[in-house]
Amino acid sequence: MSDFTMPSLGADMESGTVAEWLVKPGAQVHKGDVIAVVETHKGAIEVEIFDEGVIEELLVEEGEEVPVGTVLARLAKAGEAAAPVAPVVEEARREPEPEPELRPEPQPTRAPAPSPEPVRTTAPGDRAKVSPAARRRAAERGIDSGTLHGTGIDGSVTLADVEAAPPAPQHQEAPPKATKVRRGFDPVQMRKGIAAAMSRSKREIPHYYLATTIDMSPAQAWLREYNAARDPDERLLPAVLYLRAAALALKEVPQLNGFWEKDAFAPSAAIHIGWAISLRGGGLIAPAIRDVDKLSIADLMHALKDVVARARSGGLRSSEMTDATFTITSLGERSAESVGGIIYPPQVAILGLGSVVERPWVADGAVVPRPLVQASLAADHRASDGHVGGLFLSTFARLMQEPPKP
Amino acid sequence: MTSRAMNAEDICKLAIGILSDIAPETDPSTLGGDEDIREALDIDSMDFLNFVTALNKQTGIPIPEEDYPRLFTLGGVADYLSGK
Repeated sequence: MSDFTMPSLGADMESGTVAEWLVKPGAQVHKGDVIAVVETHKGAIEVEIFDEGVIEELLVEEGEEVPVGTVLARLAKAGEAAAPVAPVVEEARREPEPEPELRPEPQPTRAPAPSPEPVRTTAPGDRAKVSPAARRRAAERGIDSGTLHGTGIDGSVTLADVEAAPPAPQHQEAPPKATKVRRGFDPVQMRKGIAAAMSRSKREIPHYYLATTIDMSPAQAWLREYNAARDPDERLLPAVLYLRAAALALKEVPQLNGFWEKDAFAPSAAIHIGWAISLRGGGLIAPAIRDVDKLSIADLMHALKDVVARARSGGLRSSEMTDATFTITSLGERSAESVGGIIYPPQVAILGLGSVVERPWVADGAVVPRPLVQASLAADHRASDGHVGGLFLSTFARLMQEPPKP
Repeated sequence: MTSRAMNAEDICKLAIGILSDIAPETDPSTLGGDEDIREALDIDSMDFLNFVTALNKQTGIPIPEEDYPRLFTLGGVADYLSGK
């Protein structure tokens, strides 16, 4: 017997609302299965289970908000007989964890992907991707957008697909639920969450800051050549070169990859990079892209596209909210030239990249115009010293001069 | 929709539909023909790549990267995709 509890999806989460159960009592579940959708201030998150067994009982109803740590469901392990558990419900509710864990204990053995046997055919992973506009319109029309055939980017269901769909049959009660489950994040709550996490970071983490300037012309030339030979859906953005160079630099300087836990640095063998994504309605979210150092450049671009799309439409998974071992914040185009990042606890470093700007640069003794980017590192002085940070930045800069082989 | 015979109005409608999916919090139908789409709708490089990808998929017209600056306004998109 084991408990499935409301997970802490980041340092800033205190409670969550069970928006939808994707399993019923009696369902067989496996490690990595998505079994519930939880509404948080970061939007709807698909929550995975990291145990194996049979769902015995669901203890929290859809729509109910409970503190982190509350038991949501009971799970019977293989071979266990179902036991009566009803009286425990109230007790469990009265005992939320006094202080939510920052982050679950590191679980290096976590299954990265859902089990090959889906819980049931309508698990979110199997449904078509749906754009937020399409989802809203589908809810208005009373259509289950997940069942439509998508013609959009990556096969996602677009507004046009929803408009083209036949009307939903009358007397259906499902539609209101779709709206409830798939609504976006709450900007006010998200603001509070960011405020809590960032205040804690600045209160507890003695940051040190380093910066360097990188000539982007080799990277840009490489990207131009790579992209010229490809259709738009296979083209790369500079972001993937930043991710790749950071992951490879972390392999060389592992002192910045991991967590500050129990007054000590706990390095992570895996390199999962949180990518800060700003949301148009306001707010910020930094889901993890897993095993960045092991992905090919094309797979990395695919992973980035996927995580950005889901961050904006509310389909992130719980593991993506907690797994990042390092974060990158890239300001992108038309922004500032440099950024001094704030570390997301319990991580120990964040890499910041400003907008690429054309500026004078000295090459071979001559001043020439070059596209330049300011790379900055904010790191936790409890976990590392400036020497290590400098090593990381110079390694990152060197790797940016050596674009990947296509 | 693979011919170059689409008129400017069809193309704008198509572009506005794609932008509504990419930036659902915005109202692209209010865009002026000369307005920079990226600034008006807060479109980042990933959004813009998705925009170009969708235009390419739905019209069949190839869009090399060096032509991106011609697609920064609705007017530019209409001219480009109608073959002007």
